[in-house]
Amino acid sequence: MSSSIADRVITNKDISRNRRKLGFKGTAWLIARYIGLIFLFGFAVLPIYVMVINSFKGITGVNQMNAFNIPTKLNFEAWPAAWAVLQVPMLRTLVFVLQSSIISAILGSINGYVIAKWRFKGSKLVFTLFLFGMFIPYQAIMIPLVQFNNRMGLGGSIYTLVLAHVVYGIPICTLIFRNYYAAIPDEIIEAARVDGASMVYIYRTIILPLSIPCFVVVLIWQFTSAWNDFLFAIFLTGGAPNLAVATTALNFLTGSGNQIYYGTNMTASLIVSIPTLLVYMFLGRYFLRGLLSGSLKG
Amino acid sequence: MQKRLKSRVGGFFFVLPSIIAVAIFVYGMIAYTLRISMSNRTSAYITNLGWAGLKNYTGLFHDTDFMHSFGNLLKFTIVFILGALLTGLIMSLLLEKGIKGEGLFRSFYLYPLAISFIAMGTVWRWLMSPNKDKEASGFNLILKSVHLGFLQNDWFTSSTGSMYAMALPAVWQVSGYVMALFLAGFRGIPDEMREAARVDGATEFQIYRQILFPQLSPTFLTVLIILGHISMKVFDLIVGISGKSYVTKVLSVYMWQVTFDATNFAKGSAIAIFLLLLIAIVVIPYLRYVNKSEEMK
Repeated sequence: MSSSIADRVITNKDISRNRRKLGFKGTAWLIARYIGLIFLFGFAVLPIYVMVINSFKGITGVNQMNAFNIPTKLNFEAWPAAWAVLQVPMLRTLVFVLQSSIISAILGSINGYVIAKWRFKGSKLVFTLFLFGMFIPYQAIMIPLVQFNNRMGLGGSIYTLVLAHVVYGIPICTLIFRNYYAAIPDEIIEAARVDGASMVYIYRTIILPLSIPCFVVVLIWQFTSAWNDFLFAIFLTGGAPNLAVATTALNFLTGSGNQIYYGTNMTASLIVSIPTLLVYMFLGRYFLRGLLSGSLKG
Repeated sequence: MQKRLKSRVGGFFFVLPSIIAVAIFVYGMIAYTLRISMSNRTSAYITNLGWAGLKNYTGLFHDTDFMHSFGNLLKFTIVFILGALLTGLIMSLLLEKGIKGEGLFRSFYLYPLAISFIAMGTVWRWLMSPNKDKEASGFNLILKSVHLGFLQNDWFTSSTGSMYAMALPAVWQVSGYVMALFLAGFRGIPDEMREAARVDGATEFQIYRQILFPQLSPTFLTVLIILGHISMKVFDLIVGISGKSYVTKVLSVYMWQVTFDATNFAKGSAIAIFLLLLIAIVVIPYLRYVNKSEEMK
């Protein structure tokens, strides 16, 4: 279901029918629409434009007044400088984010399958209680979570973040998979069951092979949100340098009065954004599916 | 029959790990936060949970910093919701009939959602720089160069308008999301409905007002709920742009400060529970509405 909603957005509307003669009023409207679209385009692009051009002006080559201007000559010195600070945190982030995303996707798939196709008594209540977990402000669990981690000996390890993203990702992952599986006709499962196939067997042979697109959606969703997460990272690592992840390392670099090094700061911000931007560029439609599934109305 | 029963129990068994995890980490921990918020753990040195009743909550309402943060959050929420709703709606209205280059516009309206605000904060801090006139940068520079110099202002460092300025990057980030939701809504309405109205002589304006918008009321509700809960939770946007600065402090940032810097766990918990209640008031009725409308299908 959710995929069809996303397809409505992704598929460009067929405009061949509109190609009849527009007339004066029609042309005026079309021009007005383009002006609006281009203005909004400028608004959307402006920040990333500023980030990109200023990353080629060197470490101190950016000043307050010239930041909108295209660099007069390309200077790459800010890139290695920013990368030197970010390399270790970014690799650390990549490793933990991959782990947490994969575990989340597996759990989401199992939960979604059962809730969509093998309802048990109270499964609806369970699902609703899961969903509420999606909306809570994580401040409301943060203090006990830190205590729990310390008591379990996880404190001071990156696994605190794996645990957090897996557990608090259960609601959204379950929701996305449930909506996806709900669109698979019950008759297929019914027929396999009549033939004596078990729940696990049906999952393995019928459901799982159909699930690849949904796995991509969930993996991308979890990857992006864990990569960009700052709240869990700052609370659970306590800002410890040996546990710095992409966002906390970047915040440490750009946040604390280092305003003179605009060049490095903007470059560092760009470097941290590259992984999620790449995912968006190449797998944008899956990203959008995740986004729209998160809006509940399947 | 027996087989069916067995598989039902089997299904439960497979979801059980997640049920336990959610029960402990969501509901158990909320309950524990609630307990801490009613204790006297006002510093890291107090380790036992003495009973303090509602003292931490009543204390909040006499705490000027808390009231200031709450007021800021409300200001931000109003401007952010209106701004994002309007921008996203306009984006979708411009696109919904289809236009050459639709894919390009759509992709660029949506990309801000993929980027962390800790990263975008650096740029927005510069765009909304309070420097003016000769030293103008960012938006002030743009305003100056289009001869609207009198509009230059302090943006997020302003003592009165900081939260309205803060809503701007937030609108920038989510309006593409709102656009996608509305676009999905518009395109879920069969074209025949418009055609029929057109044949009956309705103007384009009437078609939107009387036919399309009424069909979109569930979308409006969804958008409002999504924007509302994003707004209440706003955190990295604020921290990314202005850190713990007083003029832009909201509940989540204040909670962080109280818990982290002052190690006042009792008070931090009380703020967190207050935030949870604010969101629950909006989200629980919505979840019930979604459940009901699914049953109707």
